[in-house]
Amino acid sequence: MSSQDIPEENLPTAQDEHGAVALADEENPFADPGLPPHEHRIQDIDERAARRSERTVALLFTLSMVATIGFIASYVAIPIDQNIFVWPIGHISALNFALGMTLGVALFAIGAGAVHWARTLMSDEELVDERHPIEATPEVKAKVLADFKQGAKESAIGRRKLIRNTMFGALTLVPLSGLVLLRDLGPLPEDKLRHTLWKSGKLLINQNTHEPMRPSDIAVGSLTFAQPEGLEEHDHDFQREIAKAALMLVRIQPDNIKDKQTLEWSHEGILAYSKICTHVGCPISLYEQQTHHVLCPCHQSTFDLADGGKVLFGPAGHALPQLRIGVNDEGYLEARDDFEEPVGPAFWERG
Amino acid sequence: MKKLSARRRHPLAAVVVLLLALACTGGLYAVFAPADKAQAEETSQSLAIDEGKKLYSVGCASCHGTGGQGTSDGPSLVGVGAAAVDFQVGTGRMPAQQPGAQVPKKKNIYTQAEIDQLAAYIASLGAGPAVPTEEQYSPEGANIARGGELFRTNCAQCHNFTGKGGALTHGKYAPALDDVDPKHIYQAMLTGPQNMPSFPDTTMSEENKKDIIAYLDAVNSDETVEPGGLNLGGLGPVTEGLFGWIFGLGALVAVAIWVAARTAKAKKS
Amino acid sequence: MSTTTTKDARGKAPAGERVADWADGRLGIYSLAKANMRKIFPDHPSFMLGEICLYSFIIIILTGVYLTLFFHPSMNEVEYTGSYVPLQGQLMSEAFNSTMHISFDVRGGLLIRQIHHWAALVFLAGMFVHMMRVFFTGAFRKPREINWVFGFLLFVLGMFTGFTGYSLPDDLLSGTGVRFMEGAVLSVPIVGTYLSFFLFGGEFPGGDFVARFFAVHVLLLPGIMLGLVVAHLILVFYHKHTQFAGPGRTNNNVVGMPLLPVYMAKAGGFFFLVFGVIAVIAALVQINPIWAMGPYRPDQVSTGAQPDWYMGFSEGLIRAMPGWEIDFAGHTLVLGVFIPLMIFPLVLVAIAVYPFIESWVTGDKREHHILDRPRNAPTRTGVGVAWITWYVVMLIGGGNDLFATHFHLSINAVTWFVRIAFFVAPVIAFIVTKRICLGLQRRDRDKVLHGRESGIIKRLPHGEFIEIHEPLSQEQLHTLTAHEQYEPVEIGPKVDEYGVERKIPASEKLRAKLSENYYGEGHQIPKPTVDEFKEITSGHGHH
Repeated sequence: MSSQDIPEENLPTAQDEHGAVALADEENPFADPGLPPHEHRIQDIDERAARRSERTVALLFTLSMVATIGFIASYVAIPIDQNIFVWPIGHISALNFALGMTLGVALFAIGAGAVHWARTLMSDEELVDERHPIEATPEVKAKVLADFKQGAKESAIGRRKLIRNTMFGALTLVPLSGLVLLRDLGPLPEDKLRHTLWKSGKLLINQNTHEPMRPSDIAVGSLTFAQPEGLEEHDHDFQREIAKAALMLVRIQPDNIKDKQTLEWSHEGILAYSKICTHVGCPISLYEQQTHHVLCPCHQSTFDLADGGKVLFGPAGHALPQLRIGVNDEGYLEARDDFEEPVGPAFWERG
Repeated sequence: MKKLSARRRHPLAAVVVLLLALACTGGLYAVFAPADKAQAEETSQSLAIDEGKKLYSVGCASCHGTGGQGTSDGPSLVGVGAAAVDFQVGTGRMPAQQPGAQVPKKKNIYTQAEIDQLAAYIASLGAGPAVPTEEQYSPEGANIARGGELFRTNCAQCHNFTGKGGALTHGKYAPALDDVDPKHIYQAMLTGPQNMPSFPDTTMSEENKKDIIAYLDAVNSDETVEPGGLNLGGLGPVTEGLFGWIFGLGALVAVAIWVAARTAKAKKS
Repeated sequence: MSTTTTKDARGKAPAGERVADWADGRLGIYSLAKANMRKIFPDHPSFMLGEICLYSFIIIILTGVYLTLFFHPSMNEVEYTGSYVPLQGQLMSEAFNSTMHISFDVRGGLLIRQIHHWAALVFLAGMFVHMMRVFFTGAFRKPREINWVFGFLLFVLGMFTGFTGYSLPDDLLSGTGVRFMEGAVLSVPIVGTYLSFFLFGGEFPGGDFVARFFAVHVLLLPGIMLGLVVAHLILVFYHKHTQFAGPGRTNNNVVGMPLLPVYMAKAGGFFFLVFGVIAVIAALVQINPIWAMGPYRPDQVSTGAQPDWYMGFSEGLIRAMPGWEIDFAGHTLVLGVFIPLMIFPLVLVAIAVYPFIESWVTGDKREHHILDRPRNAPTRTGVGVAWITWYVVMLIGGGNDLFATHFHLSINAVTWFVRIAFFVAPVIAFIVTKRICLGLQRRDRDKVLHGRESGIIKRLPHGEFIEIHEPLSQEQLHTLTAHEQYEPVEIGPKVDEYGVERKIPASEKLRAKLSENYYGEGHQIPKPTVDEFKEITSGHGHH
């Protein structure tokens, strides 16, 4: 017994093939009584009611015309920068409001008119259509199969195997050229994700003031964002570089720093961490200065900046990379190296 | 009563009962819920002294210690400066009503003169940021667009694009910045209240702060123009999606019910 | 020339007829119209959900074409000089700049943008509800399985069309979403890094993705969708619409209104109603205010970063996932991202394959044109509600930060709730729904056997109070007993025809078990039989 075969008796009673309506009788109180008789609407029997419907429909269509004229008038008359106060929405663009409302009414009135027309004036007598099985009759099926066999035989595809096999081979190979063409969509990754603009001696530039910073500028409990010296917003590759090099600076009392390496890589408690979340790369900088935690606004990964950027909660898989910093001869904060590990989301080759 | 019992099997009966029950529950809750106001007023009655230290010893010392040195219930106030006092007391956050993840903003119960006295007392404990002058925080003449860029770099990550607030860890949150006095915004940036980091003048200049205040004034005030209409709280796609489902699809389904409904039949005579 | 041509006084057919004759000679329109002009469509509000989708799709195409006239799909950096003051002088991509131009300097541009976006949200929501309507009424059964799959593909393609379109303005919110996509692609083992570099034309964000997404958003995906929509509609016509059971409605007929004129007026009118409602919403309610979000910069972000609602469940998956990351022979397996990325299609496929599972369990190969009431298919209804519950749990996860702030909860607690509910909530939903369905079946049975509770209380002479039950009309009796009830499938004989013990395949055992859980005792309430009915009605009268 194949798994698709079902004993006939398990199926509900065979469907009535003829669609005949069994009349209710003593034998079967649940029998289909057939379509109930059609009842008239008020519009069908009272011409005055029908007239009222007609007038309503015409009124709706007229309303639509008026609204369209209103739309054109608003477009011409209302300046694009004019604002109005509409209670309870607030201050909004007068043009957007006027155009939208007139367009909305113009469209809605057409629809409402058409539907009201259909509902009250067109015949509401329910009609019946017969259904026919989707499946072909056995005769049609036999004919098609025979035709197919004949066609296949005439093509000799079954007999001349060489033709068949080489054809399949050609058809399989030809899409490869399309695939090859996609190669130049982008360069190969190489080690591009491993390096950022930071390197030893690069000054930390404050993103607010665009100036280098001295350790004394950074107070305990403060938060500052920095970018590498030499990177300008107008640069062609600014977006690509800042996507890796973005840095946040915090200062924690050295006593409160739990991790030894974190303390070593800091300068007098000033810590520089990558601003790019190690989960999927959102800029993460929701810094809580009392707990020293940062939270990612995208997926809520939480990192402990006092403890090597360790993950405390959420979907991030590894700690936030810390940048080793110090001060140069002139007393400005500078990087001591690039990040030791790739910043941002993890990837297969990250290791 | 007869009418009522005849309708108790109406399909909408359950809805009506549910609404009534909800209304009763809500009403009872409103009656029994702790009234913040009453307590605040009570405290305010006891505050009749107008000298900083006396004010301090009454309103603050229980948590921050008699000399402002801090206790297990509150941090040290030495060196926080007058600006911090003006912010915390001026926005009603201090004195705190109860310990918790975060001390919320509430109605301020001190007069400005009293706050000034308190601030002077705290400032005398150790040097800290002074209360900014109006010239410092007034947004006039500031660069709004630059303020926007600074806001997105420094503030939006916690307070949202236009300052509608957002969640932090374990029940903490960055409050919405609607209707916050420019002075208080300036002081918050300067002093870093509670878990907010500070943005001192050395890393975020006075001019930067003014630009930020000007930007907030432009995008988050009663006068802000929302050209497209109702801003749905300025919270982004979540509220937009809810609106689209409830009012967009909801309205269309209501229309569809009208389109497909049977027209009323003439009454049989 | 047709022999039935009507002629006017000058012996010429009316102009309209002549045009139709011309077209018929080339297209055969009379034969087409013969089959379809008076085609019958049943009237039911729930049958109009698909129309909401179709019309919002048309609205999206119309407004989308308009937007392409002004939008520049380029990531070249320019300085903003338009009329929105809080961004003047800022650097932004041309894509963002041109979207600002559409919103502030093209008259009506903002309206069209808002109609486009609102229609997209309604389109996806409409498809979701339409799909659920088809699911819960069993309209996916033979011969409509292929159309179910077409509809499902439309929903999935609609999600991606929405996502690519949402990313085009290159604003800070959508850019954050694209960044998430980069991270997700990077998590794919072995080829992830390469895929990401090919997708973005190098390192994120590069200068290519807006132009590439643009081609996908305006050409590739809508093109496929248009084809699927046409095929979907052709099949609806070909199969004829399903209908609910009722007097005069059988599996072999369709009862309703003819295409011309009633259905055409209603459906045509409904298009304008949908367009009108969406236009009014776009006039009153702002959507995706990119000017408030600012241009994208990879080092900036805002809290409350969420995708549009239809991508929200994937956001919930990724937010609730623990941060698993393992070292695999010197390589990184980013399970914390890759597992949600794999569950994402599974969630969708889970509902898409259900019709095929059900047809395997029932083994029913007949055509079904009468819809089920959800209560009469308790297991299916339970599965559907469980799936929706699952989906909603993930949606809550996607908005966990807003739940936290607006209900004064801890974001960590909300995330933990989602982690647990992801596994538990669908099970509870299934059990509860099935129980409710069985309860409703019992109620139907009681109604058939004992009549409707009239609400009238009568006191008998000896003091007893009884409620009077009114017998149902024959229409109601028929409607409540019209549904079919299957018997569970038994495992076939243990020995084959030669008396040798045969090995029963595991699939057969599984099927018998599933079938028992669908149709076994306690999994459906036997509908009243004629004998039961007669015994009760003739025996003691009504009480």
